[in-house]
Amino acid sequence: MPPSLRSHIDDLIDAASQIILGKQDEIKLALACLIARGHLLIEDVPGTGKTTLAHALARLLGLQFQRIQFTSDLLPADILGVSVFERETSTFRFRPGPVFAQLVLADEINRATPKTQSALLEAMEERQITADGQTLPLPEPFFVIATQNPSYQIGTFPLPESQLDRFLLRIHLGYPERAAELELLQSQSRRDLLENLHPVIALDRLQDLQRAVQEQIVAGRLIDYVYALLDVTRQNADFVTGLSPRAGLGLLAAARAWSLIEGRDHVLPEDVQHMFPHVAGHRLHRTSDGRNPVAEELSSLLRDIALP
Amino acid sequence: MIHRLLSFRLLARHSSPNYTLRRDQGAWLLAAAALTLAPHLLGMPPWVAILCPVLLAWRGWRLWHGQLAPARWLLIPLALAAVIGVRISHGHFFGKVPGLTLLAVLLSLKLLESRNMRDIRVAVLLCLFLQFGFFFNNQSLPMTLLALVTIVLTIGSLLALIDPAAKTRERLGMSVQLIIHGLPFMLVFFVLFPRLAMPLWGMPSDNSAITGLSDSMAPGTISELSLSDEIAFRAEFIGPPPPPIARYWRGPVMNDFDGRSWRIAPRPLRNQPLYTPTGVRVDYQLTVEPHYQIWLPVLDFPAGPVDNVRFSHDFQTLSRTPLNGRMQFRFSSYPETMVGLDENAWILSQARQLPRTGNPRARALAAELRGETPEQTLSQILVWMRDAGFTYTLQPPLFDVDSVDFFLFDARLGFCEHFASAFVFLMRSAGIPARIVTGYQGGTVNPINQIMVVRQSDAHAWAEVWLEGRGWVRVDPTALVAPLRITDGLAGALSSSEGELPIFLRPEFFWLRDLRFRWEVIANEWNRMVLTYNYARQRDLLEDIGLDTLEPPSLIAVMITVGVLLFIIMLLVWARHARDERDALDRAWALFSNKLARHGLARAPAEGPLDFSRRLAAALPAHAGTLGDICARYARLRYRPPASNDDIQELSHAIRTLDLK
Repeated sequence: MPPSLRSHIDDLIDAASQIILGKQDEIKLALACLIARGHLLIEDVPGTGKTTLAHALARLLGLQFQRIQFTSDLLPADILGVSVFERETSTFRFRPGPVFAQLVLADEINRATPKTQSALLEAMEERQITADGQTLPLPEPFFVIATQNPSYQIGTFPLPESQLDRFLLRIHLGYPERAAELELLQSQSRRDLLENLHPVIALDRLQDLQRAVQEQIVAGRLIDYVYALLDVTRQNADFVTGLSPRAGLGLLAAARAWSLIEGRDHVLPEDVQHMFPHVAGHRLHRTSDGRNPVAEELSSLLRDIALP
Repeated sequence: MIHRLLSFRLLARHSSPNYTLRRDQGAWLLAAAALTLAPHLLGMPPWVAILCPVLLAWRGWRLWHGQLAPARWLLIPLALAAVIGVRISHGHFFGKVPGLTLLAVLLSLKLLESRNMRDIRVAVLLCLFLQFGFFFNNQSLPMTLLALVTIVLTIGSLLALIDPAAKTRERLGMSVQLIIHGLPFMLVFFVLFPRLAMPLWGMPSDNSAITGLSDSMAPGTISELSLSDEIAFRAEFIGPPPPPIARYWRGPVMNDFDGRSWRIAPRPLRNQPLYTPTGVRVDYQLTVEPHYQIWLPVLDFPAGPVDNVRFSHDFQTLSRTPLNGRMQFRFSSYPETMVGLDENAWILSQARQLPRTGNPRARALAAELRGETPEQTLSQILVWMRDAGFTYTLQPPLFDVDSVDFFLFDARLGFCEHFASAFVFLMRSAGIPARIVTGYQGGTVNPINQIMVVRQSDAHAWAEVWLEGRGWVRVDPTALVAPLRITDGLAGALSSSEGELPIFLRPEFFWLRDLRFRWEVIANEWNRMVLTYNYARQRDLLEDIGLDTLEPPSLIAVMITVGVLLFIIMLLVWARHARDERDALDRAWALFSNKLARHGLARAPAEGPLDFSRRLAAALPAHAGTLGDICARYARLRYRPPASNDDIQELSHAIRTLDLK
């Protein structure tokens, strides 16, 4: 990796850490997700800075940013856009919805009906939308950060498993550390800080980073290890279903991105282990109660698989 | 391990025009060459024995001080001079010793001038060939062991070139391992390679030095032989061995006397002996060391016919072919047999022949002691000899003219040949047919394997007298003077003042004798299993496994098939080994974890190198640098392919030498 890319990564993380205090690991995870061309799911109670994180990333990367607040009456057209009849030309013209942005924040995605959810999720997967027989590509890069309240809150439609699979990573922000929170309380409003943020890298640098991720070296032994991890979730009776091949590819892509952020040109088992809970957490469901496994269950899974 | 050798990548890289030997590599090579040359130099012209060590020392100096490289203009004249020197020393280049001498000089020169990898490999090949040459003259077990050591060193020096990072112990270990890999092939080729009844070609021989008894005997012949501790032959008895007093091993029989030395008479040979064996029977197997003649030492008197053996009129037992190698014979002897009861008159007259003149005093004595019957004459002469005050000694004074007179009347000091010679002279002077029998008397039974060993120091000469009605009768005049020689062997008979006794014969070295008994057993097994594995033994063995109908060409086909099968098996084993997930890097990493486990810091199965490194740094801050470095190197080598073998070697070396004290 050229040193310039390296410094871009550091700059990005530093700048974001100024806004979202005490969450450096989460910032790095979000960045990893972005440069691995994946979509990010942030799951947490309101007010923990989910929106701020998404907004800060968009500003720092110089991406067009759109926020969609999901509600139970939101319709697919509200996201994708509608065709409007134009009197002057007597034709229908497609008016793009908020999804036509480089970074889309889908706030509280589990408050919308499944129909609306799946409209977004299909757009995420295909990176294009089809309206009135027309196929329209979404901007490049296209990055969705969805936030969701923990599903036990009232009035939510939990995302179906098949659609959760489309999020590369899921992270929790959680409450900040004491020191970080004290600083947060003392300093000026985050909104004002966001206004003053300037992009630290250009768009084509970001694409360089995305390309660099794909060139990270993955040893055969590491592929074996990833397979062993996938396999154990499939053999394990504690889970309803195991991880899909897409999840396996995702795990490798995420580990590649993480190793790049860590400043290496090759992937280590530690990278895989670090990403595994974030890749597998939202994809696996316990047989006992249908919920996602807790962090401890995932790390004990990791402990059981010896490095090949 | 093998794949490291199979990848000649490194070798190829080092073939670049100039390759400077590292000190340890050079030391290996020099040690291998020195050990290879040492056994050869003993038998080579003195100038070679001096030149080769000097050249090696020069090479050593170059290695250590990096200077004094020989100039090219000097090398060519030096090589030419050496070649001419060999030509002058030996007169030709053919034959074993001239060839080996030439190779020895060339090896030393090659080592001296070696500039690149090719030169060094040529030198290694020369070493291996010279080691092969060890066996031209000597196939004994010690020589084989020496050869084995030098081969281990030579292969080790080759390994040092291929894998400079390996430590001495690893090189030795790997070298031994490689040789062990070769063992199955060696066994197959040794057992199955067709042995021929007659060799297709003979080993070029420089000199077949006759050892042991020969077909003539002069004063001093046997006493000289007695100082040699070499083994003459071994006898394995079926049943109890005869008592010491009956251990007369009959060898060449001497009839013709020229006043000083005795010679054998021309001998017509036949397949059947001239006597009818009667009485007690003693069965035994002889393994005779090569003496390049045809006589065989046997107990009186063997029955015939025996394969490859003929009998003479004077009751010698003779091999059809000279004993150029160690040979085995099976005999049944009948000690009570009477021989020569009706001996023909011509032989009897031959046995009364004396030179016309000389030794007048002995002739006079014989006339004086002559009795009415031959028996009476015999007993009177024996009584006279017993009472005349002779001393049995290894170093009698020698006298050229009238040696019998000198011995009988002046010196009265003598060894068995003097006694036998004087006795036969007296008997013949008295008109009684008599002759000298040379051979061996005695032999030591090894208490461990019950095999009797007879050495050159047991060489003996006695006499045989023909008496009407009794035929040829053995008379041993030495027994009168020194009866202990017959019952206790040479050491018992000689007074302790005789300082020349071979060390093994001295009583105070009984423990050495015991050690020798044990060594003898091993050496005998070696002879039995390896050196005497000949045509007949191979036939026996093949019969056991049902292959005896095969002719040599089919046998070679079988041998090659078995060899190829072995090779395939080894390849399969190797392939499985190679498939084994644990490669050198894994083993090194496991060793690292094991070393840390002793400090309670074993790596968890799922713990990656970086996590491990962080945990180690926290637990052992004093070693954080070293441990972190090892972990980082492992992580890179394992997860950032391709990894170079050199780096893996270096890392495993670092891990092996890691000391957390």
